[in-house]
Amino acid sequence: MNAVVTESLEPLIAELCSRGFTVVGPTTRDGAIRFAEISCAAQLPVGRGDEQQPGRYRLTERHDDLVFGFAASPDSAKRYTQPPRQRLFRMREGTVEEAETEAPRIALLGVRACDLAAIAVQDRVFLGGRHPDPAYRKRREAMVLIAVNCAVPGGTCFCVSMGTGPKATAGFDLALTELSDPHRFLIETGSDQGSEIVAAISHRPATGDDVVAAEEVSRVAATRMGRQVDTDGIQERLAGAHDSPRWADVASRCLACTNCTMVCPTCFCTTVEDATDFTGGLAERTEVWDSCFTLDFSEAGGSSVRGSGSARYRQWLTHKFSTWFDQFGMSGCVGCGRCITWCPTGIDVTEELGCIR
Amino acid sequence: MHPMTPAPYRVRSRRPDRADTVTLALRPVAGLCPSFLPGQFTMIYAPGVGEIPVSISGRARSGGYVQTIRAVGAVSGALCRTRPGDVVGVRGPYGTAWDLPAAEGLDVVVAAGGLGLAPLRPVIRELTAHSSRYGRISVIVGTRTPATLIYPGELARWRDRYGIDVQVTVDHPDRAWKGPVGLVTRLIDRIVFEPRRTFAFVCGPEAMMRASAAELVRRGVAAGRVMLSVERDMKCGVGRCGHCQLGPLLTCLDGPVLSYERAAGLLAVREL
Repeated sequence: MNAVVTESLEPLIAELCSRGFTVVGPTTRDGAIRFAEISCAAQLPVGRGDEQQPGRYRLTERHDDLVFGFAASPDSAKRYTQPPRQRLFRMREGTVEEAETEAPRIALLGVRACDLAAIAVQDRVFLGGRHPDPAYRKRREAMVLIAVNCAVPGGTCFCVSMGTGPKATAGFDLALTELSDPHRFLIETGSDQGSEIVAAISHRPATGDDVVAAEEVSRVAATRMGRQVDTDGIQERLAGAHDSPRWADVASRCLACTNCTMVCPTCFCTTVEDATDFTGGLAERTEVWDSCFTLDFSEAGGSSVRGSGSARYRQWLTHKFSTWFDQFGMSGCVGCGRCITWCPTGIDVTEELGCIR
Repeated sequence: MHPMTPAPYRVRSRRPDRADTVTLALRPVAGLCPSFLPGQFTMIYAPGVGEIPVSISGRARSGGYVQTIRAVGAVSGALCRTRPGDVVGVRGPYGTAWDLPAAEGLDVVVAAGGLGLAPLRPVIRELTAHSSRYGRISVIVGTRTPATLIYPGELARWRDRYGIDVQVTVDHPDRAWKGPVGLVTRLIDRIVFEPRRTFAFVCGPEAMMRASAAELVRRGVAAGRVMLSVERDMKCGVGRCGHCQLGPLLTCLDGPVLSYERAAGLLAVREL
């Protein structure tokens, strides 16, 4: 491992800013850890932890100086890779103006291994097929990803089951592991750009003890998953479970509120909104996040294909763990646990998977 | 170019087919119109109103697409109200095609329900243009009433000029109607084909396709030789909006044209 150690993130943040990046990192807002633009390390949520259970999220005081002592937050990288609203084009008097595709240069600080895996899923969706998305490509290319290896997984995490964490192994420019006694950060580089950034800040080479301590953080984190899923044969199991009585059971608890899909880092479904100015001469089209839990999401011949809540929950779960493989050759779930935490009735996807036969 | 950005197309001509259906010829404002395969669709955008998938029903003499649209909602209504000279947005063509080469040397059954005749029109034109490559050719059409039948003139021409067996049935006859009444599946009794050497193209409402395909297979046509075109609402047409999922398929990319062999299991499942 080619790693270095720094005692503070201040020089890293300053270096990113001086290179013209907008640094986006975890902050405390609205009673949660939220991604926001930051300009110094003091804005990071020092000493804050979280408690996550089905339908429950609370910030806690950790009584230590850990900067990343919390698990996945309601915001994921999706907010930046695939913004919730994107103007697609304008049409004015018979001419089409394509939307501005200048991508902001964002340094995303604090991305977890599960979210790196989610970005890899999105890359497959938006870049891997017959119709690659140049706007997505520009955003991705303009983005620097600074991962943080999880030290304290949440009560709803199951990245170990999905093979996506807790240690970041690919897809990052830099990966940090936060270490205690003394407080310091081990930094691994994952790209040329990452190496250049590290070279520009003060650091010392990592010692053998630093490396062992970092490995121990990831090893311990892997044993502290709040949830687990038996993924063996899951694709076939779900494909054959269309008539499971469990769908009706979960539908009786599901509010179809779409929270799970909004916090999911891989849910990519969208719809479009059309608007005109007062003269009607200018038409504008916007793509916005959508969810398969809404009644009119899938229609044929003018009526909803999935009229029942059980069919909509089945669609979502089966897509994530089964038909995503058919469409994109990989799982649509990265085990971040957000859908469990942010479900207002505490529906637990790992529990449902265990009950569906 | 972003896959969601349409190209401006001008309405070159507009032919009302029936009270609520029009056939438009669309040509790019600039540049060339991409070629298409029979069965493919475009996403047509009515400025400020919305965008819908519409199957291509032919190539216009002017070098664009011919597309037949029935006014059933806000977007299709707006498109049906366009006039020659108006500009709409067009993306595509997208999706899979009717497998015409696989039908060569075989009897061919074309079964259409309602507006389903529109996506089959390029198939029939291809069959008539190269009829020597195929065995017996039959076109069976079901429609709600005699007044909702699209392309009546062309149906007559295919029958009279090319000797194709064209049969039409209606659900609700008017006083002048002298032909068959009932489902299109009943016309399968009235046409001549050798099931084990037959290829079928089926398009219409899902229930019609299911019943027609099942009947053809019951007669001995191989399920892999029955093609149908699956309808699902779409927002993107390029596999990124998720709306058109049908089990493991994204209808926009894997369809709309599927073999009954592939589609039968999926269409049999409620609320998939």
